[in-house]
Amino acid sequence: MNLSMLLDMAADGFGDRVVLGRQDSGLTAERVRAAACGGAAMLREQGAGALIYLDVNGPTFAVALFAAARAGIPLVPINYRLSAAQQAQLVAHHPRATILTGPEGTQLQVPDGTILTTTQWLAEATSRADTVPADGSVAESSSPAVVIYTSGTTAEPKGVLLRHDNLVSYVLGTVEFAGAEPGDTALVSVPPYHIAAVANVITNLYAGRRCIVLEQFTGEQWLELVRSESVTHALVVPTMLARIMSADADHSVPSLRSLAYGGAPMPTKVIEAALLAWPSVNFANAYGLTETSSTVAVLGPDEHRAAIGSDDPKQRARMSSVGRPVPGVEIEIRGTDGTGEALSPGQVGRIWVRGDQVSGEYAGAGSVLDPQGWFDTRDEGYLDEDGYLFVGGRTDDTIIRGGENIAPAEIEEAILALDGVDDAVVVGVPDLEWGQRLESAVVAAAGVTLDPEAIREHVRTQLRSSKTPDHIVVWDELPRTETGKIIRKRVLERMALDDASS
Amino acid sequence: MKLKAGQPLYSVTDDTTLLVIRSADRQVSLTCGGHEMSASKDTGEKLPMEGPAGHGATIGKRYVDIDNVVELLCTKPGDGELALDGVALNLVAAKQLPASD
Repeated sequence: MNLSMLLDMAADGFGDRVVLGRQDSGLTAERVRAAACGGAAMLREQGAGALIYLDVNGPTFAVALFAAARAGIPLVPINYRLSAAQQAQLVAHHPRATILTGPEGTQLQVPDGTILTTTQWLAEATSRADTVPADGSVAESSSPAVVIYTSGTTAEPKGVLLRHDNLVSYVLGTVEFAGAEPGDTALVSVPPYHIAAVANVITNLYAGRRCIVLEQFTGEQWLELVRSESVTHALVVPTMLARIMSADADHSVPSLRSLAYGGAPMPTKVIEAALLAWPSVNFANAYGLTETSSTVAVLGPDEHRAAIGSDDPKQRARMSSVGRPVPGVEIEIRGTDGTGEALSPGQVGRIWVRGDQVSGEYAGAGSVLDPQGWFDTRDEGYLDEDGYLFVGGRTDDTIIRGGENIAPAEIEEAILALDGVDDAVVVGVPDLEWGQRLESAVVAAAGVTLDPEAIREHVRTQLRSSKTPDHIVVWDELPRTETGKIIRKRVLERMALDDASS
Repeated sequence: MKLKAGQPLYSVTDDTTLLVIRSADRQVSLTCGGHEMSASKDTGEKLPMEGPAGHGATIGKRYVDIDNVVELLCTKPGDGELALDGVALNLVAAKQLPASD
């Protein structure tokens, strides 16, 4: 079982279908296989130990993934926006790497490796395509296919190892081969170093769905591209959907049938606005981690519609659920008291997952799975009595105020529900009396002036006084990763700076 | 032979290739075109097909045995009929899962 097998199936099954790029100039499945074979031949000649991808997303990313698979080495996408020093630190883990960069090149020094631009590399791989036989792949199913560095919002980035087995299991468990309708088009707007970008390449190819990329996201451009390329399927992170909905542009998307979202908690306000604006679109909320090869639970379109149209509080609450496990994945909620006992429906604890797609393995640190194969997501949550999963937030973000464990997610949700609040974060600031005290930063919607005291009053009545931030500041924006996760350590740094200067 | 999840199997009568998705915890006889399938890619010269032709495997489709225990995915198509312990395999209907990425 390896990724080359999936590409071979696509090329054998629907080789003349355009699967990457524009309809008139894109690559067919057969051309992708040929270019991957050409790319693999180059990697073997270079004696490459890894293929590092250091550019914006594009068709070359897909070819690079399958070329690395065929050459039996991992693809390592690295954030091209990191500083040269940060990039060098990650590249150092991968000796004899071939590095693909944007047109501007790189300042990186790699005496034992090879540096090429993605354009040069694809041209060379394609030119060799017709002279290289489509020979069998050398990659073992248990060898690493991809190494993805986590965003490191709370700690140093860790390299997550995804083996061929993990990724192939995910695809076989969740996607029907050649299941796409002719003319189906998927729009990818997440950067290549995000697990969703890797998953998108493989699942769209296996489904036979053409895939196009928006390199630099803006709400206006996304809407325009959906219309001009007749996009039928798209995946966004919550900050992108918020920007799409608030864009001062034509919001009509007649071709769009399916919109999946995930990557960070979705504010209810934003998803409800999207559901009302696009009643015929099928929404799917996907929950997953890099360590689980992307999606482990999905809330589907019918469940979204049932939730928004319902007066029943239980149905209504489902809007904030991430749905039920995908085939082949088990989910368990365990207590955090150290006994690790499985909890009953409704009880909040730590989310654990198990399945063939779950890697739970880090480069240089090994596997963190428990002896029965379960992975601790370090996310807090609960299952309702029908098996729907609700995710609270990272347990690493938990604030301990005077001995009480407080999850910031609940308070953030309460603040975000207020009209005029566009974004909100709650953090624990070191405090002599309480150990940690609650402080919050909020972002006002355009043209709105927020009153911090009124927000505090709202939280006090919604929740209780121990969950009310002592201090609320209004900022222009919150520090988030490009994929929408709040960088809490940077929020704390800025608050400390503000305190010192006031 | 005993099947193992993730294992590829090759027909000795045509190009049919299957991938084991779910296996049974027992010895089984899996045939394509009347001959036992091989765990090795190197199947040598193809043997003449036995039994009905034209009921072979389609690429990307899944097949299960009559007890719904063993599940196989066709990764290369062929004409030979598939059977487990002499009973023809059934085609699995396409599943409906919302596209999540």
